[in-house]
Amino acid sequence: MNFSEVFKQSNQLCRVSPDGKYLATCVQYRLVVRDVNTLQILHLYTCLDQIVHMEWSSDSLFILCAMYKRGLVQVWSLEQPDWYCKIDEGSIGLVSSRWSPDGRHILNTTEFHLRVTVWSLCTKAVSYIKYPKACQKGIDFSRDGCYMALAERRDCRDYVSVFVCDDWHLLRHFETETQDLAGVEWSPNGCVLAVWDSCLEYKVLLYSLDGRLLSTFSAYEWSLGIKSLAWSPSSQFLAIGSYDGKVRILNHITWKKVTEFDHPATINNTKAVVYKEVERKPVVGSADLSIQHHITMGSTLFNTQSKYEICPLPVQVPVVKPDLDRANPKVGVSSMAFSSDNRYLATKNDNMACVVWVWDMQRLGLLAVLEQTSAVRCFQWDPRRPRLALCTGNAKLYLWSPAGCVSVQVPAEGGFQVQSVTWHCSGDSLILLGKEQLCLCYMEVGEEEEEEDDDVK
Amino acid sequence: MPESSLEIKDTSCSSSRYRMSSLRQYSQSSVLPLPMTRNPYNMPTISAFCTEDNVSECISYINREVSSLGFPLLCTESNNGPELNLVDVLNNVYNLLQLHRRCLQTVEDIEVEQVKSNSNMDYLQLSNTRLKDQLELSKRENTGLLERERQLQLKVKSLHNCLKNEKEEVQKLQSIIASRATQYNHDMKRKEREFGKLKERLNQLLIDKKDKKQTFEVLNYVGRSDGKRSLWKTGKTEARHEGEMYKTLLNDYDSRHKDLLMENAELKKVLQQMKRDMVTILSPRKHSQSGEKHDDSLEQTSSEEDEVCDSSRESLELSCEHAREQLTNSIRQQWRRLKSHVERLDSQASLVGERANMNAIPKEVHEQEMDRLKLEIQQYKDFIHTQQQLLQQQLNSPCDDETASLLNDCYMQEEKERLKEDWKSFEEKRKNFEAERRNFTEAAIRLSHERKAFEEDRATWLKHQFLNLTPFGDQMKPQMSKSQSALSGWAESKVRPVSTPAKLNKSLSHTAFSTSRASPAKTPSTADLYRTHRLIPEKSPSTIHPKQDSSILRNGDIPAQLRHVNGGANC
Repeated sequence: MNFSEVFKQSNQLCRVSPDGKYLATCVQYRLVVRDVNTLQILHLYTCLDQIVHMEWSSDSLFILCAMYKRGLVQVWSLEQPDWYCKIDEGSIGLVSSRWSPDGRHILNTTEFHLRVTVWSLCTKAVSYIKYPKACQKGIDFSRDGCYMALAERRDCRDYVSVFVCDDWHLLRHFETETQDLAGVEWSPNGCVLAVWDSCLEYKVLLYSLDGRLLSTFSAYEWSLGIKSLAWSPSSQFLAIGSYDGKVRILNHITWKKVTEFDHPATINNTKAVVYKEVERKPVVGSADLSIQHHITMGSTLFNTQSKYEICPLPVQVPVVKPDLDRANPKVGVSSMAFSSDNRYLATKNDNMACVVWVWDMQRLGLLAVLEQTSAVRCFQWDPRRPRLALCTGNAKLYLWSPAGCVSVQVPAEGGFQVQSVTWHCSGDSLILLGKEQLCLCYMEVGEEEEEEDDDVK
Repeated sequence: MPESSLEIKDTSCSSSRYRMSSLRQYSQSSVLPLPMTRNPYNMPTISAFCTEDNVSECISYINREVSSLGFPLLCTESNNGPELNLVDVLNNVYNLLQLHRRCLQTVEDIEVEQVKSNSNMDYLQLSNTRLKDQLELSKRENTGLLERERQLQLKVKSLHNCLKNEKEEVQKLQSIIASRATQYNHDMKRKEREFGKLKERLNQLLIDKKDKKQTFEVLNYVGRSDGKRSLWKTGKTEARHEGEMYKTLLNDYDSRHKDLLMENAELKKVLQQMKRDMVTILSPRKHSQSGEKHDDSLEQTSSEEDEVCDSSRESLELSCEHAREQLTNSIRQQWRRLKSHVERLDSQASLVGERANMNAIPKEVHEQEMDRLKLEIQQYKDFIHTQQQLLQQQLNSPCDDETASLLNDCYMQEEKERLKEDWKSFEEKRKNFEAERRNFTEAAIRLSHERKAFEEDRATWLKHQFLNLTPFGDQMKPQMSKSQSALSGWAESKVRPVSTPAKLNKSLSHTAFSTSRASPAKTPSTADLYRTHRLIPEKSPSTIHPKQDSSILRNGDIPAQLRHVNGGANC
C-alpha cells in the first residue's frame, strides 16, 4: 500500500471524474484539476468566491462550482480551458446546484425552495419547476439518467413528479400517501421509486415508473420511523434503517419483509466474527525495550499503533444512551451500504457509533462486527471488490474484506486526520480527506491479502 | 399462715395413703413429744411424767393409752396389782420409736415438698406477671396498628380522590392536546398555504423585478452529450416518452419473469429429482422385502416410474395449474408411501431386535475366535521377548569379540561388494569414455584425411581453373563438375567439426567430470555432436543399457561414494 504526498483542499471538496482520469480539488476559490496517475496539475481555474460545492459532469468534460452565498454557479470545461459559463441566480438565492445526468443541464434550487431552475448549456432554454419540497432527498435521478423524480408539496399534500431528463417532459405526476414526505429514491434498474415518510411515521411507499402504487410497508407505529434507506445494486433488496436500531430488508417481488437485522448490545451470534481495534501505545522508559520495539517506535513515536483482535463471544458493544430531550437523537441506523457484488451490507447504528456491522446477504445473517476505538465517520465499499474502507477521524485507514481486517497508518506528517474516504472508480486507489488536506492511497493488488492475514494473526 | 395450711393440704393430697394414715395416727396419738402449741397439756408433763410416786398410775395410764392405741397391753392385771410385762413394754417402746422415726421422715418430706411448691408458686407468679405485661403490650400495639390502619385508609381515600382528579385532568389535557393538535394542524396548513402564497408572490416579484435578474453567461453553447440535436416538443414526443417508459418497464418485467422461470425450472428439477430418488429408494426395498408380492410390486413400480416420467415430461409443457397439481399429488403420494415404508421399517426393526437374539450365537463364536487370536498374539509376543532376551544375553556374554569381528566382517563384506559394484560401473563408464575418445580420434584422423583429399581436390580444381583459362576448357568440364559434387558432398561434414572444435573439447572435459547420465541434459553441445556423428549415442546406450537399469539411480550418488572411499583409504 502506497500513499501519495499531501495536497491542500478546502470544504472537503475533492472529486474524481466519472471516467477516473482526473482529480478535481478546491482550495478556497481555486479549482485544481490533476491527473489521477501523475498528480500533476493539468488545469487551474479561479472562481469568483470560495467554492462551496463542486461536481463533475457525467462525461467528465465539465466541472460545476457553486458559491451559494453569492448565488453563483461557474462551469469550467476541461477540453477548452478558455470556455466559461457563469450562472447568477440573482436575488432569488441559491441553496443547491447539481448536474443533470446528461451533463448539459444544471439544476439550481433557489432559496426557500421556491423553484428549481433548469439551465441548459446547449440552448438558451431555461425551465422552471415549481413547488419542490425541502426535504431529506427531494430529487433523484434514475441510474441510467433517463428519469428524474422530484418531491413536491402543494396545498399541504405531497406529490411526486417524474420527468424525462432528455427534454424535461413531465411524464407522471401523482399524489403520495404520506404525511410529510422525506425522500425519494429510484431502484438501480430505474423501474421502482421508493418514497418514505418523515421520521414521525414509519412508512415506505413503492411506486412503479408509471406511477402505480406497488406496495406500502410499515413496520410499526407511534414511534420514530425511518432514518435511512438503501437499494441493493441488483434492485433485489431494499434495506430500511430505522430509529429502533433495526434494518429491515424488503424483497423486490412481493415487497414484503425478508428479514430483520437487529443491532444488539451483546453479540453472541456464533457465525459472526468480532474484530476489535486495540491500540498499542508505545511504552517509553521501560527497561526491557526490545529491538523490534525500537524499530516501531522510531517510525511512529507520536502515533499510537493499532491492530485488530478477534474477540471471543459473547461481546459487549459500547452503547451510548442518547439524550432524548434534544432534537435528532443519536439513535438508529443512519447509514447503510451494499457492496458492489450485492453480497454484503454494511450498517452503522448511531448509538453504537464505534461499530460497523457487516451482514451477509446470502445467508441473511451477521458476518462481521468491527469495533473501533473511536466513532466511525464514514465507510464506503470498493466499487469493484467486496472490500470496505472506513475512517474514524484519526490518522488511520481501516479496511475490511471477507479475508480479514487491517488498519493502516497514514504516513503523512502533521497529524493527518482522515475525515472521509472515497474510492476511485477502478477500486485501485482511495482518496483520503483530512480537515484541510487530502492524500491518495494506492492499493497493491495481490499484496493486500497477505497484509490482512498478518494483521488478523 | 393460711397459705401454709393450704399448702399442707395440697401436699397431703398429693402424698400416699399410707402417709395420710400415719399422719392421722401421728396427729392423734404421737403428738406428745412434739413441741406444738396445739397440744399444750403435754408440754409441762414431759419432763416429769413419771416419778417414783406415781409409777403405778403411770403404768396404768400408759397401759390405757397403749391399749387405746391398739398396742398390746403392758401389764397384766394380776393379783398383786398390775404386773409390768417387760417384753411387751420393750416391744411397745420399740414400736413407738419406730413410729416416731417414721413420723419424722414424713415431716421432712413434707417440708421439702413445701419448699418445692413454694418455689413453684414463685415461678408461676412471675410468669403470670410477665404474661400480664405482654398482654398489656400487645394490647397497646394493637391499638397503634388500628390507628395506623385508620390513617392509611384515610390516605387511600384521599389518593383515590387525587387519582380521580388527575384522571379528570388528563382527560382534560388530552382533549386540550387533541384540540391543540387539530388547531396546530389547521394552523400549519394555513401557514403552509400562506407560505405557498408568499412563495408565489415572491416568485412573481422576482420575475417582475428588473434590478438583479438571473443572468446566464456562456461563451458558446455546447453540443448535446449524445451528439444529436434536440427535438421539438410535439404530440409525438409524449407518445414516444410513454412508449419508452413502458418499454423499460416491460424489459424489467421480462427480465424478472425470466428469472422467475429459471428459478421455477430449477425448483421443478429439484422436485423431480427428489421424486425420482424417492421412487428408487422405495422400489428396491420392495423387491427384497416380500417374495410373494414381488411381481405385483415390480409392475406397480414400473408403472409408477412411467407415470413419473410422463408427468415430468408433461409438467414442463403443461400450464402451471395442471403441472402443479400433478406434481404435488405425485409427491404427496410418494411421501405417503415413504412414510408407510418407514413405519414398516420401524415395525421390522422390532422384529429384527427379536431375531438379533438368535443371531447372538455367531457373535459368541466370534468372541471365542477373538479370544483365541488374542492368546496367539500374546504367545508370539512372548516369543519375541524371549528371543530378545537371548540376543541380549549373547551380546553380553564373554564371546563378544568374536561376534563383533564376525559382524564387522559382515559389514566389510557388504561394503566390499558395494564398492565392487561401483568399481564395475566406473569401469563401464571408463570403457565408454575410451570408446568415445577412440571415435573422436578416428573422426579427427578421418578429418585430416578428408582435408588432405580436399587440398588435393582444390589443387586439381585450381589446376583445372587454370587450364580453363586456356582455350581447351570445354573438354575439362565434366571432370570439374565431378570434383565439385565431391566438394559439396564433403562440405557439410567438414564445416561442422570445424565450427565446434572448442566446444567439443569443452564438452569432452565436462563429460569426463560429470556422469554420462547428466551429460546430455547439461551439455547440449555433446548431444549435437553425437547426433552429427551418429556413432556414439546409438552404440553407447546399447552397451550400457542392459546393465544400467540397476545402476542408473546409483550413478548420481557416485561422486559422494567415491569421496567416501577415498576418505576411508586415507584413514
